[in-house]
Amino acid sequence: MDALVSKYSPVELDAALAEDSDDEVSSSLPQTVSFILPPIDQPAKFLRAMTDDHANPAAPIKLKHGTTTLAFKFQGGVIVCTDSRATQGSWIASQTVKKVIEINPYLLGTMAGGAADCQYWLTYLGMECRLHQLRHKRLISVAAASKILANLVYSYKGMGLSMGTMLTGVGHGGVFGLYYVDSDGNRVEGNLFCVGSGQTFAYGVLDRGYKWDLTEEEALELGRRSILAATHRDAYSGGYINLYHIKEDGWVHHGFNDTNPIFWKQKLEKGEFQNVSTTLDA
Amino acid sequence: MRHSPRGGVGRTSVSDDAQFHPPQALFAISTTSIHPPVDPASASYLQISPRIQAGPHIKSTMSNPFTLNGGACLAMTGKDCVAIACDLRLGQQALTLSNNFPKVFNYGDVWLGLTGLATDVQTIHSLFRYKVNLYRLREEREIEPETMANLVSSTLYERRFGPYYVSPVVAGINQRTGKPFICGFDSIGCIDFAKDFIVSGTASDQLFGVAEGLWEPDLEADELFETISQTLLNSLDRDALAGWGAHVYIIKKDSVTKRLLRTRQD
Repeated sequence: MDALVSKYSPVELDAALAEDSDDEVSSSLPQTVSFILPPIDQPAKFLRAMTDDHANPAAPIKLKHGTTTLAFKFQGGVIVCTDSRATQGSWIASQTVKKVIEINPYLLGTMAGGAADCQYWLTYLGMECRLHQLRHKRLISVAAASKILANLVYSYKGMGLSMGTMLTGVGHGGVFGLYYVDSDGNRVEGNLFCVGSGQTFAYGVLDRGYKWDLTEEEALELGRRSILAATHRDAYSGGYINLYHIKEDGWVHHGFNDTNPIFWKQKLEKGEFQNVSTTLDA
Repeated sequence: MRHSPRGGVGRTSVSDDAQFHPPQALFAISTTSIHPPVDPASASYLQISPRIQAGPHIKSTMSNPFTLNGGACLAMTGKDCVAIACDLRLGQQALTLSNNFPKVFNYGDVWLGLTGLATDVQTIHSLFRYKVNLYRLREEREIEPETMANLVSSTLYERRFGPYYVSPVVAGINQRTGKPFICGFDSIGCIDFAKDFIVSGTASDQLFGVAEGLWEPDLEADELFETISQTLLNSLDRDALAGWGAHVYIIKKDSVTKRLLRTRQD
């Protein structure tokens, strides 16, 4: 343990401990990964043309896409909720994707965009956060963690990375953080985000029901209901609802549940979704 | 391709001068089709080889009229019965606009399933209602499924150079012979006669796969209902652009049952 700490401690611990901001990540990252690039003149331009994203959906390299994810802060912490569908074009490749990545017991990241990009870089971020913890003998702040990721994806800007992620969690001192980070290089702090092809539908329900003073139960239900609305209207969202609550002492998982029984319960018992008919005459 | 050397109206002489490129070449229009010419890459004509059909493997985003609105249709034969079923989704790419848009229509003793571009589905439906009504008045009897198949085929081929973007399916029982009949078409009227089942729509690849696995000859009406429903349901669960409810018709010589399937709504 001490050997590990000394190996990865290029800066004096006291100096690092005095700071509590984004500057924690200023020490250069160990270059543990390097990728083989296409052996041509302008690899970035080539990759941009070959990889599909929202600007270039007909490109030859198809990635798994389509998502609704949301996260919001409230009085009792942070709620994170996602669907679980992965699509390649109109083909539903999976209905059981885990779009919430558990970076450590205090940090969660959500996946939208390229599934492989999100999975790989959020796992990599988990490694960096662990190293930060070993170097500085305390948890990384969400601000610092999100900046590691933002800087990282920015260094690959224009090369076809596709990710829209929300990083959220609790840092030392029980401070909740929520950041939106995407592959264009955006990094935005906020109280409430929805990301993905179904984001507008989720925003609609979430904005209607959101207030800071939500109880834990109300907040969990609002997250679930917002994703349900998005899965109903957005063709590329669906499957299961994955729900998390981040409290001061870390995150708690609140289930991975099929939307189908939830939808029909919502409709038949609460009288919602009256646009869906249950009889031939209606 | 013929174009006017000066872009002048009414000039259609052929220019062989490779050096001279008119600033605005006008294409000489030789047909009077209503629809714009179809891009061969997005067409779903049945070809002897290679085979091209509307489906997930063809580009499924913008500019393909066959996948813009989404939808699926399926017909199957049984013992002295046929079944035809469709989903209820009407979308505009990712957005689900309606979950009450049936794609199976009835004309006397014949049922017609229409998937593809929704505006053409509605146009074709009213066109065939008109044509079948005239047929009934002239012949003083209902149209038989085989006759309907030929009517559909020739109607679609009339638009050979500007097709309706639909993939129709015909199902029915010949009231004179009592024989079950199903068939499908490409968008310009090639008839696909089948003894077992016909699929169409954005979930057609999935429907083919599941139907090949579940269908067997001489199913009784209740078994046929189970088979067609399971085939449709399991295919819809793997297609993002179709689903949101389904209608199933079980057709015997002198009785028809129509059922609404309660499907996933995501």
